[in-house]
Amino acid sequence: MAEEVKLMKGNEAIAHAAIRYGCDGYFGYPITPQSELLETLEDLMPWESTGMVVLQAESEVAAINMVYGGAASGKAVMTSSSSPGVSLKQEGISYIAAAELPALIVNVMRGGPGLGTIQPSQADYFQATKGGGHGDYHLIVLAPATVQEMADFVGLGFDLAFKYRTPAMILADGIVGQMMEKVVLPEPRARRTDAEIAEQCPWAATGRHGRAHRNVVTSLELEPAKMEVNNIRLQETYSRIAASEVRYKEYHTEDAEYLIVAFGTVARISLKAIEDARAAGIKVGLLRPITLWPFPSERLLELSKQVKGILTVELNAGQMIEDVKLATEFNVPVHHFGRMGGIVPNPGEVYDALVKHFPEAIK
Amino acid sequence: MKEEIIIAGFGGQGVLSMGKILAYAGLMDNLEVTWMPSYGPEQRGGTANVTVIVSDEQISSPVLDTYDTAVLLNQQSLDKFENKVKTGGTIIYDPSGIHRAPERTDVKVVVVDAMTAAIEMNNAKTYNMILLGALLKQRGLVSVDAVVKGLKKTLPERHHHLIPLNEQAIKRGMELA
Repeated sequence: MAEEVKLMKGNEAIAHAAIRYGCDGYFGYPITPQSELLETLEDLMPWESTGMVVLQAESEVAAINMVYGGAASGKAVMTSSSSPGVSLKQEGISYIAAAELPALIVNVMRGGPGLGTIQPSQADYFQATKGGGHGDYHLIVLAPATVQEMADFVGLGFDLAFKYRTPAMILADGIVGQMMEKVVLPEPRARRTDAEIAEQCPWAATGRHGRAHRNVVTSLELEPAKMEVNNIRLQETYSRIAASEVRYKEYHTEDAEYLIVAFGTVARISLKAIEDARAAGIKVGLLRPITLWPFPSERLLELSKQVKGILTVELNAGQMIEDVKLATEFNVPVHHFGRMGGIVPNPGEVYDALVKHFPEAIK
Repeated sequence: MKEEIIIAGFGGQGVLSMGKILAYAGLMDNLEVTWMPSYGPEQRGGTANVTVIVSDEQISSPVLDTYDTAVLLNQQSLDKFENKVKTGGTIIYDPSGIHRAPERTDVKVVVVDAMTAAIEMNNAKTYNMILLGALLKQRGLVSVDAVVKGLKKTLPERHHHLIPLNEQAIKRGMELA
């Protein structure tokens, strides 16, 4: 049977994909520009079909702690919000990471700081990739650029979260949340049964199952020596993730003399600028990180030996540029172009920034 | 074929849904489409706009500098987008909300009095479909059949009885343009 192509918003695609993945529970609180996610789940009423719980919590803090509870029992659970709401969730996210639990968190970013604006942004890059909450932890951070990726990264995010027992985040900008594109939804899967959870998640707090002990899920360990062991175990997990889960896409890099690094919708805006630049004789390519953590540092280091300069384009004051500079070990000049506060640059602005920083590129 | 379109007007004029129906029709014709709305308080009465790209190739940026075609339904939108239409492009506008006509001479300017036509059809809600008809007459892009199929797909069953009226409005728009 041919796959059915649908037209929908990124936010809606995530809701559909979550049900089809066999997600057990969604807990959230409405906030623009991601409210369609919760609205779509409520429209689709999965509690009547798959049995998935959809609950509008009393606050973002309540929602993330419901996720903590659901995750502790081995369920595939998720939450979503936008920037100010994700800030509220940070304590819970740190606890979930510390307790080594799988969960999916969606942030459809809007302009900050503070309540800011409802328009698109990427200013939560630091928050998503460098912790956000307290303590030495990482999230696996996926940055979708298309509505198709919004749908696909639900399954990918859950799979990685369960594989490594660590929370994963879909870090989208308001544009890809709000825009409609064609999408092929993933094949529906049944939710896992209690027996499957007991077998696949021996760590889950699901009862004794004949064992002498109960599983206790906690992030508290008052004994420093034991807490250090916990930290070392977390760091080992992060090393394994960094070694095998880096994802990125390259465009026109084979002969590139200059490189743009951009993620999410901004990568697509940059790609159009690159098409114009190539038409003007500038050999410029694009690297689009798909995992913002782990970051594609190795590939960037290689490319830094090939190109004469790098421009990062972000909807912020320059956050990812720090990772690009670290990765490329100052082999080449790295410049930043960004708009802030909900302003989205058009391809012409990106082209102008490229030419401004690398005037020698125009022969 | 690749057509980059901006539709802009007051929130409530049906700007976003006109774009949506066009995008669905593109889907029915197996084209690549993106539909990127302005979102937020515009929906409650300010200016709203939507960028629609219809193409037979993969679409890179959903955000654009310039457009092939602009459908402009109030003065603010005309002021904002008139100069962003490519040379040789098309501006379609409704004169009822506009006190300064477009001044560009390097684009095709098409006046469609959709408001009067909608009143004549005794249904103000046909307004955006009349304009869609005008757009299709001028630019082709998708077939009326595809629009009707798209409407069937997107409208809940209880609204399907309105499809013939919409089809009529599209045809009226085609006559006017």
